[in-house]
Amino acid sequence: MATLDVAGVTKSFGTTQVLHGVDLTVADGEMIVIVGASGCGKSTLLRIVAGLETATTGRISIAGRDVTGLEPADRDIAMVFQNYALYPHMTVGQNMAYGLRIRGLPKPEIAQRVTEAATLLGIESLLDRRPRQLSGGQRQRVAMGRAIVREPKLFLFDEPLSNLDAKLRVQMRAEIRRLQRRLGVTSLFVTHDQTEAMTLGDRLVVMHAGHAAQVATPMEVWARPADTYVAGFIGSPAMNFLAGTLADAGQAVALAAGPVLRFADGPRPGPEGLPLTIGIRPEHIEAGASGLTLPLDLVEPLGSETVLHGRLPNGEALTVKLAGPAPAGPAIQVTLPAAALHVFDAASGKRLDR
Amino acid sequence: MPAAGIDDAALAAATLRRQAWDRRLTHLWLILGVLVFAFPVWITLVGSTHDASTIGRGDVPLLPGGQAIANYTAAWTSGGEGRYRASPASLMLWNSALMALLIAVGKITISLLSAYAVVFFQFPGRMLAFWTIFLTLMLPVEVRIIPTYQVIVSLDLFNSMAGLTIPLIASATATLLFRQFFLTIPDEYVEAAKIDGAGPVRFFRDILLPLSVTNIAALFVILFIYGWNQYLWPLLVVNDRGLETIVVGLAKMIGNGDAQNEWNIIMAMAVLALLPPVLVVVVMQRWFIKGLTETEK
Ligand SMILES: Nc1ncnc2c1ncn2[C@@H]1O[C@H](COP(=O)(O)OP(=O)(O)OP(=O)(O)O)[C@@H](O)[C@H]1O
Ligand SMILES: [Mg+2]
Repeated sequence: MATLDVAGVTKSFGTTQVLHGVDLTVADGEMIVIVGASGCGKSTLLRIVAGLETATTGRISIAGRDVTGLEPADRDIAMVFQNYALYPHMTVGQNMAYGLRIRGLPKPEIAQRVTEAATLLGIESLLDRRPRQLSGGQRQRVAMGRAIVREPKLFLFDEPLSNLDAKLRVQMRAEIRRLQRRLGVTSLFVTHDQTEAMTLGDRLVVMHAGHAAQVATPMEVWARPADTYVAGFIGSPAMNFLAGTLADAGQAVALAAGPVLRFADGPRPGPEGLPLTIGIRPEHIEAGASGLTLPLDLVEPLGSETVLHGRLPNGEALTVKLAGPAPAGPAIQVTLPAAALHVFDAASGKRLDR
Repeated sequence: MPAAGIDDAALAAATLRRQAWDRRLTHLWLILGVLVFAFPVWITLVGSTHDASTIGRGDVPLLPGGQAIANYTAAWTSGGEGRYRASPASLMLWNSALMALLIAVGKITISLLSAYAVVFFQFPGRMLAFWTIFLTLMLPVEVRIIPTYQVIVSLDLFNSMAGLTIPLIASATATLLFRQFFLTIPDEYVEAAKIDGAGPVRFFRDILLPLSVTNIAALFVILFIYGWNQYLWPLLVVNDRGLETIVVGLAKMIGNGDAQNEWNIIMAMAVLALLPPVLVVVVMQRWFIKGLTETEK
């Protein structure tokens, strides 16, 4: 039974503050994916949880035990590194056994655990090889094996799939997910790939400039992004943002592009004329015979669907994703369905709900 | 396109001819090189198989004679009957080997440990320690020989193996080499080891040392030969004949004028002095070439 508690963690390197107070509670057996742009502090957060870095302030507890001041070895965690960090002079078997050997486990038990983990990962036949005699995917498996044999309370992954080719990445992603479910070990997984994040996580932590911008399930993050950063980060192609103001006693938005759209889910609080940012995903925009005219400047056919880039008459960029082949002509007519609108306060970027 | 009238067969033949000439020239040059380098060694080898009078007459024989066994036995057991009664080669070889070995092992041990400290640990004065080590590069034994001599005498290490080796062990070169190597070791190994629970000693023993094996082997060869060839310092700090090294002994056997040099014995001694370094190179070379071809990471 291992939970993880991250409470008010900040981190500064010299004078630059990298983490600005992160709070996170992870339930037993949960897989949390930390996602965000490069340099937002994902690895730093993970390394603080691992004990490889010390937090400037804040506390880390694993399974209810405060481990803030403990060495990595005393935290009962295992970590899978981006470049695997397999010891090059040891065989696969020795790599997996090393942590157990240091802990002084009896030889037969080490052998048994290594064999079990190897069988689980399908690498029994590789146990006598050296890391350099393995392919990238096999190394990845060995790195997983080294984490599994320890039977830790917590798995930590720092972009473990980013060195693999696209196909293998998809395969290993599914495998990691299955394995994690099966072993039921609480896990933190860092990635900057949103597909990886959406498919792997029970919940996501979307990090932005040292803050946790949103902590929620993948569907929740997609359907109700907490601010414009999250909204623009998750989803591909990225969400469109249009300027507007609150109108009609909070019942509607007057878009700078022209139309006034009534909110489908009730009025928003705030004074008349409050500047808003309206988000709408490219796949939710409908093309038809009437509506806003969108002159196109780029058409990207993707086979089953088409991505269209254009500029509205008032200069705002709009991306539309349509099922099927590209429409003919230099412009299309689009309508923005009220139910698909995301409403954000233009000043703070925060989501505005009823 | 070749000009009209020249067919491809003729072009191919010309290419072959030119390549054959290239090969011949290259070989000629290489053979010349080998002759220049090998000739003195050959003369020494041949000289060690003649009797004293042949060489004494001023002839330089180019073919082996029949005195090899006698000369080598004399060199090995007594050091010859010459004006300077040298110590037997067996004793001097042993002294040289011990000295070279102590210097090589000592330097490697100290450098590994100090490079480990400088690269992997944060402590006050770390950079000061590093630069102090670095500065000693500018002070080889020859430069600091008088004060070093003074120190060794005051420590009562004159005429001892310790006095012979310790001043030569202190050196920055190997430390710098190991430092550079350690800096190329990815941080992830250190971090993986930390998570595996390896403390500093285990990390050094289980991970750093095995990764350094090829470097250690290469350095060992270089340092062994460095130690073996020491002349000035052993000449100064040892006057006990029982501690004489072969390089010093050999030099002393060559007199300057008044009496006949026993060139046959000297050359036998020189050949014997050559063997251990050659042996070390041959044995270790196999080892570090294996390490190089199986390079890890
Ligand atoms: N040891 C350090 N010293 C100084 N600054 C650091 C150090 N480690 C990280 N940083 C800074 O902290 C910030 C966050 O780094 P971090 O490695 O956590 O980013 P990340 O989110 O993992 O990015 P990426 O996706 O590129 O791996 C970066 O701006 C980085 O420059
Ligand atoms: Mg990172």
